[in-house]
Amino acid sequence: MAMSNDDGIAGAKSGLSLVTNVTVILLVILWLIPTVGLLVSSFRDRDAISGSGWWRAFTATTQNFAVSTEGEFADTPDGWTLTGNVFGADGSGEVSAFGGRRSEPNAFAPGETAELVRGRTLTVESNGDFVYVDPDEEAPSRNPTLYVASEVPPTFGTDNYETILFSNGMDRAFINTLTVTIPATIIPILVAAFAAYALAWMDFPFRGTIIAIIVGLLVVPLQLALVPMLKFHNMIGIGQSFYGIWFAHTGFGLPLAIYLLRNYMVGLPRDIIESAKVDGATDFQVFTRIVLPLSFPALASFAIFQFLWTWNDLLIAKVFLPSSAESWVMTVKIADDLLGSRGGDWGILAAAAFVSIAVPLLVFFTMQRYLVRGLLAGSVK
Amino acid sequence: MSPLLQGILTVVIGVGGCVGYFWSSNLVLDKVLFPPKGPDAGRNINRANAIRPWLFLLPALAALGLYLVYPVFGSFWRSLFNRAGTEFVGAGNYAALMGDGEFRGALFNNFLWVLFVPAASTFLGLLVAQLTDRLKWGNFAKSLIFMPMAISFVGASLIWKFVYAVDPDIGIINAIRDTLGLSPIDPLQVGFWNNFFLMVILVWVQTGFAMVILSAALRGIPEETIEAAIIDGASPVQIFFRIKIPQIMGTIVVVWTTITILVLKVFDIVYAMTGGNFGTQILPSYMMEYMFRDDGRATAVAFVIMIIVLPVMVWNIVQAKREVH
Repeated sequence: MAMSNDDGIAGAKSGLSLVTNVTVILLVILWLIPTVGLLVSSFRDRDAISGSGWWRAFTATTQNFAVSTEGEFADTPDGWTLTGNVFGADGSGEVSAFGGRRSEPNAFAPGETAELVRGRTLTVESNGDFVYVDPDEEAPSRNPTLYVASEVPPTFGTDNYETILFSNGMDRAFINTLTVTIPATIIPILVAAFAAYALAWMDFPFRGTIIAIIVGLLVVPLQLALVPMLKFHNMIGIGQSFYGIWFAHTGFGLPLAIYLLRNYMVGLPRDIIESAKVDGATDFQVFTRIVLPLSFPALASFAIFQFLWTWNDLLIAKVFLPSSAESWVMTVKIADDLLGSRGGDWGILAAAAFVSIAVPLLVFFTMQRYLVRGLLAGSVK
Repeated sequence: MSPLLQGILTVVIGVGGCVGYFWSSNLVLDKVLFPPKGPDAGRNINRANAIRPWLFLLPALAALGLYLVYPVFGSFWRSLFNRAGTEFVGAGNYAALMGDGEFRGALFNNFLWVLFVPAASTFLGLLVAQLTDRLKWGNFAKSLIFMPMAISFVGASLIWKFVYAVDPDIGIINAIRDTLGLSPIDPLQVGFWNNFFLMVILVWVQTGFAMVILSAALRGIPEETIEAAIIDGASPVQIFFRIKIPQIMGTIVVVWTTITILVLKVFDIVYAMTGGNFGTQILPSYMMEYMFRDDGRATAVAFVIMIIVLPVMVWNIVQAKREVH
């Protein structure tokens, strides 16, 4: 029906849809700004980040530099004179302003002669050439520091990524995350699929009670398990190790896995399963040949959940993996190491964050359909 | 051996062991214990079929029992002992918690989180779901708002650390303050309100979840009810609040409680953003402060969280029992 295309009264329609469009655009921008900021920052070097906001990263910006001069003073009739170029011998650039003091880096225009303290003068040309004259009797003991402002074209580079991946242990953390994630995703699926089949299609005592308990376990706070299970792991000799974290993730992921898969399997057509059984198939055969292939969408949904959850987890990794650097997963690496030791190095932090969220984002955008389906199956009855 | 190779090898062994169990246990059941042949063929099939459900369930039940049921009791028991676990102190750890100002602060803050995050996420999720419902590019917009769901809480915290940075050349909030002529502030150190700045991060992540589910619920509303309301002259606002909301109330409750439960688990954001300083402590992060240092205290906090979750758990079980019967 034509009417179902809008809720409104005819006259209010266009105005309302304009408001709707604008509101949604604003919301989407609001939601994207934080991530875009991080992405842009991850490609900028330290100076660029502290020089101008990421939102100005694509325009040329004026940055202030402190230039430590080099070379020898020459004894000239005016006094001790130092000449050179603020961009170094080979560099080039355009000076937009300069000054002799840290507090006033933009006090003078290029070409002007700045009168500094004790009769010293400084001239900086727009191409960077400078002349510094000190009229003192004695030769200056130290070379002066000059302050210049210069137009800097936007620069982007992958230096941060190179630093973080090749010299910072993030590669190790990436592999550790992968090592935790893959078994911790696959094992609960296998375990849960068999259990879900039993709960959906086999008849045995206490079935209803077991299902109800599993639904109750969906909300048990993981915090309860930390102390007793770590003690248990130490007792059986696996201690803090990859084995421990796989078992832990398996245990914690099972309620949702069984719940999702059982709900899906119950909905499979009864005829197919019963006719297979009449033909002499055992439950094991029915499960592996018929139910498992048919349940692919539900398996995929849970796999994505479990993958995202284990990849992104910080709590379980902190407790069940050793606290030494070679066992850090990426979340621990970022939270416990980089945020502390590289706290002010925004470019490095941004690159590290992007390395850690790249894979989940890829999974998210390629398999969103299954994720949505799983969410719906998990919460709407 | 390179760590990657070691990882792959352990993956193969772990997954292989799991497949091996199901395959071989069923094989033993069918070929060795109760083979469906010989004089007892019929009885053997029945026996095998009575045992098989438990073979299928065994690993799952063992893991659930060990990792989720036992800890409820194990943690409670441990919380009755002192730091070293050597001396029974009864409710001593709980009394110590109540006497600790930081714990009471964490409890209060957690209360704020539980009030604000589910409400804000559900409200924004519903708003986006309704606004994008009839939009041509609605799915695209939804996908972008849903995206933070894929990002870890640590990653999300880092993303927002940029937003909240004090330097107006880095933090966009202080950049806006700067252009308005206001001096920069550190949002994470503004007393009381810093809690809400942290909650915003979780709302940012969870709105997508609420949106996806509520969007499906809105689409599930029978068209006739809306058409009837339009014919009766109801305005869009009236249709939304009087016709649509009542029909998806059940889903709203489910979304709300799911996010509430999540709020009680998330320690990552506080941990990465403030470390619980500046009056932002919440129960999960408070617990992690005592984890590895005083297990008695840590388990007591965990059990307090359990008690808060308990009503939802009971409600879930009752619903499930009703559904199965």
